[in-house]
Amino acid sequence: MSNAYSIIVCAGLAPDPLQRLEPMDTPTGPALKNEMMLPAVLDPWAACALYEADNLAKKLPGSKVYLVSMALKTKLQQVMMVLSQKVPFELVAIDGPSNGFTDARECASELAQAIEAIPGLDKDKMLLFGGWESATRAAGATMQILGEKLGVVDQFQGVDKIEIEPSGAIKLWERVEGGKQQVSLCESAPVMVGWATGELPEPPNNPQVGMANMRTVMPALQKAKSAAASSSALKFKGVTLPAQVRETRIEKDMPVEAIAQELVTWIRGN
Amino acid sequence: MDQGELSMDKILLIAHTEANGSLSKASLEALTCAKDLAASLSTTFAVGVFGENTAKALEQIGSCGAEKYLSVSGADFKDARYATDSYAVEGIYRKAQASIVIAAGTSRMNRVIPGVAHRVEGVAELHVSSIAGSATELTATRWLYRQRIEAVITRASRPWFLGVDSGNYTAWTGSTSAVTAESVATEAPAACKRSKVVGLESPGSGEQTIKPDAELLMVAGAGWTKKQADGTVHAQEARKTILGFLSKSGASLGGSKAMVDLDSENREAFNFMTHLNQIGQTGTSPRHQKGLSTCCHGEEPHAVGWRFINERRAVNLDANCGWARGKADVLYVADAFAVMAKVNELLSK
Repeated sequence: MSNAYSIIVCAGLAPDPLQRLEPMDTPTGPALKNEMMLPAVLDPWAACALYEADNLAKKLPGSKVYLVSMALKTKLQQVMMVLSQKVPFELVAIDGPSNGFTDARECASELAQAIEAIPGLDKDKMLLFGGWESATRAAGATMQILGEKLGVVDQFQGVDKIEIEPSGAIKLWERVEGGKQQVSLCESAPVMVGWATGELPEPPNNPQVGMANMRTVMPALQKAKSAAASSSALKFKGVTLPAQVRETRIEKDMPVEAIAQELVTWIRGN
Repeated sequence: MDQGELSMDKILLIAHTEANGSLSKASLEALTCAKDLAASLSTTFAVGVFGENTAKALEQIGSCGAEKYLSVSGADFKDARYATDSYAVEGIYRKAQASIVIAAGTSRMNRVIPGVAHRVEGVAELHVSSIAGSATELTATRWLYRQRIEAVITRASRPWFLGVDSGNYTAWTGSTSAVTAESVATEAPAACKRSKVVGLESPGSGEQTIKPDAELLMVAGAGWTKKQADGTVHAQEARKTILGFLSKSGASLGGSKAMVDLDSENREAFNFMTHLNQIGQTGTSPRHQKGLSTCCHGEEPHAVGWRFINERRAVNLDANCGWARGKADVLYVADAFAVMAKVNELLSK
């Protein structure tokens, strides 16, 4: 039995985590102030999914990784300049909004259309990857809806590890409550996998991979379909930053014994 | 259905049983949410429970005042499996025909709610922290950008499925009472059983360091792994101090990204700290009454890890640390090794 898969990684972009985020109202709904100026990165969970996809593809000859990403084309181009040096993939670009104020359902619709349009895609050999959440919308819902749209009813969320057995059975470790992982065995593809952090570090830059990727990345960006995904079905009544700044009592010269005693009293609720 | 018909909203709580057949604290919190919402909308609510055997759970909440009880009970529904769980939730929803569906934000419910909402042409929101209803509008509050922006949202579409994160409502309490539940299904189609759960594992050392119900969260930062005043790393001492504190205080353990991404040199000493412990921008934001951060350094994106901690104290060597200043109630500028060793000594008495 052939164990070659189409590994489709769905990934959005997120503002660099070190940037300060400030919401603002616009005629079309909330947005981030200076959104176009904020440096972007591949969403951290989706990035884990991509690195795990690459690792899997290397172990399963004949497998191919597709990166399906919806974001403003200029932002995508910026991120791809860095990302394309990490792992080999074929980009499927969608020119659309990627901020946290878009609706998960509409985002899933755009992704589903783009995936359905991948030439020669065999859904029975499809591993549908993405982040279990995102650093933008943080909905935790997009991948499940996408899976349903593509007819994938074996879905796993918060996955940290995956193994493909010689029979084609897929073993997955999912995060559950109490710091435990639930281990499941699925007969075969297709499966949807919402990745947590996985087990792999960020790969080093590889200029050769970058050059190979850029041959397909630039044409993919040029032919990126415009998406109308919006939050039209979702109305925001308010979008605010948490305002509380605490008055921190700073103890610089307190003896260790006194600090410990104060902490113990506090812990015990006395 | 549109907003003008809000007063006609029908509310349904869907919950799953735990391994012992009862409902979890998170599910009881979601029950409070459903009851409160029904009261504010002057309407009734129904309850649907699924699992291997739902009798104990239904009896547990038999006096909650639900108008109707629905059950999907059978061996096929014992384990958390997307295909069978979504079959159960869809069945309960179709029987109840509610317009608002509330569930606890457990890993099991979060996995299935968006997919089921899509199947029944509904919409879904997870990680909701509160739901408010009036005669004209229903709103839900949730966080965007990893707890950095708070949004209040509303939708005209129905059905609206809402997964409520644990820690936002008081768990419902009441006397047990026998109820007659309508059975929706007792087994799932074969097509739903392509996957099977083969076990539960504890990553790392197997130490139980994540305790969602603990009053206190201890956050350990990468400072524990750095060279100390004598120019050497004290990894084993740090391990002993941290695990000793967890044992004596009953605290849950969180870690910074730097701590869970440790290199192999330190990995063994801190094998009780895994990616599941990670809090912050790319980790979790757990809810505890108190939080004690030790050896943590960082700015706003990392501090979101204790967004939902009520009382916060920190021990580190930098008085201007962004993790603590303006974020903690008290910052002790001191050597955490010495302080925590003394704390352990006092907790032993």
